[in-house]
Amino acid sequence: MKMIEPNNKRLMAALLPLMLLGALNLTHAWQDAKSGYEFMTPESRAMQDDDFENPGMLTVDEGQTLFITTAKNEMTCGSCHGDDGSKLDIERITQYPVYSETLKKPITLRNQIHICWNERLQNPPMKKYNDPRAIALETFVRHQAHGKPVNVDIDGPLKPYYEAGKAFYNRRAGQLDMACTHCHSYFPGSKLRAQTLSQGHSNGFPTYRLANSKVNGLHERFRQCQHQFRAKALKAGSDDYVNLELYINAIGKGLEIETPAVRY
Amino acid sequence: MNMRRRFIRLSMLTALLLVCGSAVLAEEKPAPEPYYEWKVEGFAINAPIGGLVGNPENGRKIAVARKKGNCIACHVMPILEEEFNGNVGPPLTGVASRLKEGRIRLSIVDEKQINPMTVMPGYYRDPRHFNQVRKSFKGKTVLTAQEIEDVVAYLMTLK
Ligand code: HEC
Ligand code: HEC
Repeated sequence: MKMIEPNNKRLMAALLPLMLLGALNLTHAWQDAKSGYEFMTPESRAMQDDDFENPGMLTVDEGQTLFITTAKNEMTCGSCHGDDGSKLDIERITQYPVYSETLKKPITLRNQIHICWNERLQNPPMKKYNDPRAIALETFVRHQAHGKPVNVDIDGPLKPYYEAGKAFYNRRAGQLDMACTHCHSYFPGSKLRAQTLSQGHSNGFPTYRLANSKVNGLHERFRQCQHQFRAKALKAGSDDYVNLELYINAIGKGLEIETPAVRY
Repeated sequence: MNMRRRFIRLSMLTALLLVCGSAVLAEEKPAPEPYYEWKVEGFAINAPIGGLVGNPENGRKIAVARKKGNCIACHVMPILEEEFNGNVGPPLTGVASRLKEGRIRLSIVDEKQINPMTVMPGYYRDPRHFNQVRKSFKGKTVLTAQEIEDVVAYLMTLK
């Protein structure tokens, strides 16, 4: 395998502008972040906008039911947050992942739901980060912040985790040797076979996917994308994915939360 | 250290090495095809990989198949029965009148030699250069040498 010889001046001269362009691109933050919504067909948008048509609303309802289901210790989520979620801190919901002083690391909204489930309700722990009940609860909770801007704060203790997420986003992997950036920062708006590539933001999550007819968490989408470029997908809830979630929320800061969005 | 002790240590070490060694060997399946080295000269790979001769009809099928080339995911090609052609890459209609065969071969084998930032997968890169590969694709090139030559032969028909 011949690597590019550094003494090949002509080649280097030809590549330099490309590399500079790449370097610029690798440190991108969207000046003009666009929701995945803007890349969808009018039919799918209409489906998302109508609560009766949006299949994700069923999951919101399931989440609501779990929210007021009494645990053995007589508590429900509603005991603290209001049966309709009206006592949830909406500002806080828009800020996840947040830094946990107790765990000394970032936690996602889903992590927080698991924590309440285990510690406040003293339910038998859900073994999987991706337990459908946890997804439903997250969908219900994040839906309460519908229309509010994503507002993650990376200037404090989350900075190093953000940097790690960013490195992951730009690192090639898998047999097809791609990184997230290749599809989602270079080619939004282009077609990958029948699909229109978006900027790959997180504001719609958990998201109803027409392709698999269910509500998907963000880490599931990471797995699906990694699977596509034939990389070893990581576990939902793994540190790398939490960092990635942080980075993606940061580049999509300001986008309105659309949970549950409808996507292809 | 006396001889006896040294002997015992040595044989334990050997046993350990044997166990580890055979575990590694057991994991490695025999390669389906040898990996042929290739050489870039002035933005081109002029010699067919492994000296193989391509079949353009096969190449056309490989360009469409999702689990093979899936080239039309990113390129428009004159393959009218396929409804959806992507446009992440440049159209390949007429590519053979723009580019020489060696340059086309290099693009398919490893476009990163031309543009290190490219999204286009290298279809015949040394598999040792990849990281975090899904298990079923470990140690394999995306296409075989024969399939590369088939696709090159097909693109050469696109004048
Ligand atoms: C080969 C191209 C490709 C690569 C590489 C890729 N994705 Fe995607 N991704 C897609 C496609 C296609 C979709 C579905 C259409 C869309 O929303 O862009 C998608 C969707 C998404 C979405 C959902 C966006 C929404 O609005 O619902 C997220 C988030 C995402 N990708 C993140 C990632 C991350 C993180 C990585 C790297 C681990 C990655 N993608 C790598 C092709 C890719
Ligand atoms: C994930 C996207 C993607 C896939 C899949 C893909 N390509 Fe490409 N290809 C590109 C892009 C983007 C370019 C533009 C050059 C660059 O990025 O440096 C390109 C460039 C090329 C070129 C050079 C064309 C020129 O005018 O310079 C050829 C030839 C080519 N591709 C053939 C193929 C073939 C054959 C396949 C399948 C075996 C394939 N490509 C699969 C994205 C892709």
